[in-house]
Amino acid sequence: MSSERLGITVAGLHKDYRVHRRKSGMWKTLGSVFRRSYETVAAVRDLSFTIEPGERVGFLGPNGAGKTTTLKILAGLLHPTAGRVAVAGHEPRLREHRFLKRITLVMGQKQQLIWDLPPGDTFLQNRAIYDIPRASFDATLKELDDLLGIGPIAEKPTRQLSLGERMKCELAAALLHRPDVLFLDEPTIGLDVSMQLAVRDFIRTYNERTGATTLLTSHYMDDVAALCPRVIVIDKGRLCYDGALASLVQRIRPDKSIVLRYSHRPDRAALERIGTVTECDDAKAVVRVARPDLREAVAHLLLDPDVSDLTIEDPPLEEVLRELFARSAAGQT
Amino acid sequence: MKALSAYPTLLRVGFASAVAYRTEMLVWMLTMTMPFVSLALWSAVAAEAPVGRFDQKNFVAYFLATIVVRQLTGSWIVWELIQEIKSGALASRLLKPIHPLVVYSAENLSAVPLRALFAAPLALIGIASGGAALPRDPYVVAAFVLSLFGAWAITFFVMTIVGCLSFFIESSASILEVWLSLFMVLSGYLVPLELFPGWVRDIADVLPFRYTLGFPVEILIGMSNDAAIARGLAMQLGYGCASAALALALWRAGLRRFGAFGG
Repeated sequence: MSSERLGITVAGLHKDYRVHRRKSGMWKTLGSVFRRSYETVAAVRDLSFTIEPGERVGFLGPNGAGKTTTLKILAGLLHPTAGRVAVAGHEPRLREHRFLKRITLVMGQKQQLIWDLPPGDTFLQNRAIYDIPRASFDATLKELDDLLGIGPIAEKPTRQLSLGERMKCELAAALLHRPDVLFLDEPTIGLDVSMQLAVRDFIRTYNERTGATTLLTSHYMDDVAALCPRVIVIDKGRLCYDGALASLVQRIRPDKSIVLRYSHRPDRAALERIGTVTECDDAKAVVRVARPDLREAVAHLLLDPDVSDLTIEDPPLEEVLRELFARSAAGQT
Repeated sequence: MKALSAYPTLLRVGFASAVAYRTEMLVWMLTMTMPFVSLALWSAVAAEAPVGRFDQKNFVAYFLATIVVRQLTGSWIVWELIQEIKSGALASRLLKPIHPLVVYSAENLSAVPLRALFAAPLALIGIASGGAALPRDPYVVAAFVLSLFGAWAITFFVMTIVGCLSFFIESSASILEVWLSLFMVLSGYLVPLELFPGWVRDIADVLPFRYTLGFPVEILIGMSNDAAIARGLAMQLGYGCASAALALALWRAGLRRFGAFGG
């Protein structure tokens, strides 16, 4: 089958919002009673990409870049202004029930769990709505329980659960019908580090077990680095980059950081002869070196008897993206 | 058909939710007790002599029946819709393979048993007052049950229409105020319609308000004849279908404008 049949295809997607504009102040407020002014804001502009079935893709961009708008269009919540979208062989805006049974959208800041009832009641409601056979429901719930450990918390009222517990139950509620396509919008937002790791592991395992196509947005770059071999980056609604995460890092920042630990204060001048020193204090220094020069630089640094530890790191993804957006704004990408 | 098979579960979960929100619901139900004020006023008036067909006992029966019928046919979907459209929370309903109005309807109907529990003592007092000629004819009893469903359906779809206006305008709640003002007068909520001048009754007969309250109340206390019942049910069917069609059309048009804001 073609990727369009089961994966995701976006071609020339455009989405405009009509926004009411009113300046502050009493007279402006009164004026707006009689005459309202509107402005058209382009949230997504001429966006095109294809995602193969089973891929895990990170969808990145600064606030207001159009990520959530795109996800909502892909999930059928918003109608595109122009362009063509196909998800698992369906046109999302039609919101056919067959389509809705094949997808899920988890929004970290929104919830589907019924607030005053235990998550178990939401699970039962979803079983009825998605028409899940009892045996399949029980098996999926057990599998999700094994991965997420929701058994003990599924019988407590949702309002009494911690944020992390709620997110686990949200994920379970969203996946009971075993969707083929997962849209995850900031699934780890607000969670502590251990819970972020748990959710991240769960998403990877679910993808590997079920082969579900996964499109993920997150402001936590660790999520993206850990989960997504490929990233799609947009800014101001336009595509900035689509490809392997490793290639993006190499293209934008063709250098590596050598992190050095010292038994006493290092000689900054000596380090500057090797590369660009980005950090230097009493016990630690970070030197940025072009990738072709890395081997020679490391060999040289290891000769220094005061070096107690040496690690080689890619530049933080946040820095790479900041650089990418700056270039995008300057029209260099 | 899938929606029908899911409906019992939706009702079960909705009932559990209603139980969880019982205090809030009780307070909300207490806001529907305006007919007690009318009852006090009209009882005082009728102390001297009957007003039309109504003596004091009839007024007691009428206004208690009004409260009971209103409890059983009320719908609050408008508030949920307005809030969920504006906050974007409607998105999680739209992601499910069932029409959200089906789920809203189950949420509303599943609260009926609790509301009936609240209304039961009032119904008993109404019966004990002796002012009501409760229907014994199975045809009239069936007509009453149908009229309750008709009243609920019209209320539910009209509230849906007002709620759906939030897709298009920011102040749909003020339209609800207009509807409620007309409802108070033209449904028989505050004054039995037959006490109005003829021309007001004629207007009330063709507008939907009477069929959301006054009509079932009149059947319940035995103030309707067979012809009036048949005509009233036909009017309910007409208004029910028309309001459902308009609600669905507005819903479809509104979804194209839904911004799914927030998050």
